[in-house]
Amino acid sequence: MLTQSRRASVAELIRERAETAVRPDTPQTEATTVLSLKGASLGFGDRTLWSDLDLEVRAGEFVAILGPNGAGKTSLLRAVLGTQALTSGSIEVLGQPVRRGHRLIGYVPQQHLADRGTPLRARDFVGLGLNGHRFGVPLPSRARRRAVDEMLATVEATALANMRIGDLSGGEQQRLRIGQALIGDSRLLLCDEPLISLDLYQQRAVSALIDQSRRNGDRAVMMITHDVNPVLDMVDTVVYVAAGQVRTGSVDQVFTSEVLSELYQTRVDVIRARGRIVVVGLPDLAHEGHESHPHQPGGHE
Amino acid sequence: MNSEIWGELFRFDNYAELLVLVRNSIIAGAVLGLTGGLIGVFVMARDMAFAVHAISELSFAGAAAGLLFGVGVVEGSLAGSLAAALLIGLLGSRARDRNSIIAVLMPFGLGFGILCLALYPGRAANKFGLLTGQIVAVDNPRLTALLVICSIVVVGLLLIWRPLMFTSIDAQVAEARGVPRLAVSIAFMVLLGLAVAVSVQIVGSLLVLSILVTPAAAALRVSASPFLVPMLSALFAVVATVGGIMLALGGSVPISPYVTTLSFLIYLGCRFFGHIKNRGQRRHRARMPDVTAG
Repeated sequence: MLTQSRRASVAELIRERAETAVRPDTPQTEATTVLSLKGASLGFGDRTLWSDLDLEVRAGEFVAILGPNGAGKTSLLRAVLGTQALTSGSIEVLGQPVRRGHRLIGYVPQQHLADRGTPLRARDFVGLGLNGHRFGVPLPSRARRRAVDEMLATVEATALANMRIGDLSGGEQQRLRIGQALIGDSRLLLCDEPLISLDLYQQRAVSALIDQSRRNGDRAVMMITHDVNPVLDMVDTVVYVAAGQVRTGSVDQVFTSEVLSELYQTRVDVIRARGRIVVVGLPDLAHEGHESHPHQPGGHE
Repeated sequence: MNSEIWGELFRFDNYAELLVLVRNSIIAGAVLGLTGGLIGVFVMARDMAFAVHAISELSFAGAAAGLLFGVGVVEGSLAGSLAAALLIGLLGSRARDRNSIIAVLMPFGLGFGILCLALYPGRAANKFGLLTGQIVAVDNPRLTALLVICSIVVVGLLLIWRPLMFTSIDAQVAEARGVPRLAVSIAFMVLLGLAVAVSVQIVGSLLVLSILVTPAAAALRVSASPFLVPMLSALFAVVATVGGIMLALGGSVPISPYVTTLSFLIYLGCRFFGHIKNRGQRRHRARMPDVTAG
């Protein structure tokens, strides 16, 4: 009896999410606004991190958030998640004021590896994204199992399904974390430096996965990255946060010497070479914000 | 000489009659094993083995104070372990902070407990029992108290199981998904405090880890299934406590060494079994599928 009702509730949960999701046959010309920030400012005490951010993110859009360390990139994601209050302005997610625990937002915080003491297999880990917030004991149900199997296939982790989460490599765990954030048809995927500490091969796999997740047009992606190059071909919009200011626009609009020089209030050169973007002349504070050149200290003068 | 020691350790004369006498102890041991085995899974998942030790030592201090001031050992140990659990839970949300708080609390608790015992004019056996356990002396009121507390812990744990697991694995994601992180953590610390307090009554504060940590650690060696691990952990803990009591019956040695040794042997067995199993798995492990950008 209990199992029955539990099973029903999981099926309901999945249906509930599926209903709120846009059908694929919705005309693509007028993509829904997933996220909208108006006049948003955020600060702690008398220190303002950034202010006057206006941003509209539509379904299917890939937004990259860049900027030096401490500029408030993670705080921006937290504000969207509702775990960090704005100083002023407003945030709407799918037309409703932001609130904590939104079912349709998936979140992948900065890499943190599960240890061996975690009694979860890859499939259980992904399943937490579906109903891990609900009280009680996780009881097996067919609907849940199917949803998890599908997601494991999506993140190409079917072969890992029954492996201990703590035994998997950083890249494998990262794909599963993305699966956990995507499961249940989340409409907005927020990733905080998802490529950090991954080798080039894993970086490609993970960024391709993130890119793929918004391709059917239902979902928007916002990703913090310290280097725009690995996602250069995917990004629709850049949000560049630095020195309390924000610039938004396409890669070509934001990554120009003029815009970045104005933002940093010092001369910065943006150089494009062989399909990559290199920023030269960033102030010392900001230098971690970009592709690093450990052997070229002159590049940061 | 050897056979003398052997005789002290194991004797099975009139075993059936003895068994009836320790019925309460066996029930207590079984319930305690079940509780400790279940909560141990979260102690491992949250990496809090060291915290358990600190809580048990403050529980000892509380029990000693209870004895000295005539408040009662059970009440004292409950108060001590709840206070320690809440302090650690509130002040040490990060592992680094937690470790230092634990290191600060632990010697204080032990010292205070020793002070209380030194001032206590009663029998020395009572004093020693707080550190190493006294499971043979479980009377009916104590058994009832133990059953009530253990039921609270098990039911509470089942209620918060899923969100607790979620926050234990990734607090940030769980919070973003709407898990009331602080409330769940505090609830867990209260349950842990209760579990430690009852365990201290039975196995003594020095050996609490053998019920609250070793079985779960053993279970994690052989499985990662969120269903099997708690089941095995509870089973191992029950086998260790009940088995320990039954082995200790005839001998004249305290019960705790039997419990800890059984617990340890189970752990060794699981490590060995897990090693063999892992080797097989590693050999069969599928390569990561080939995914390329674009």
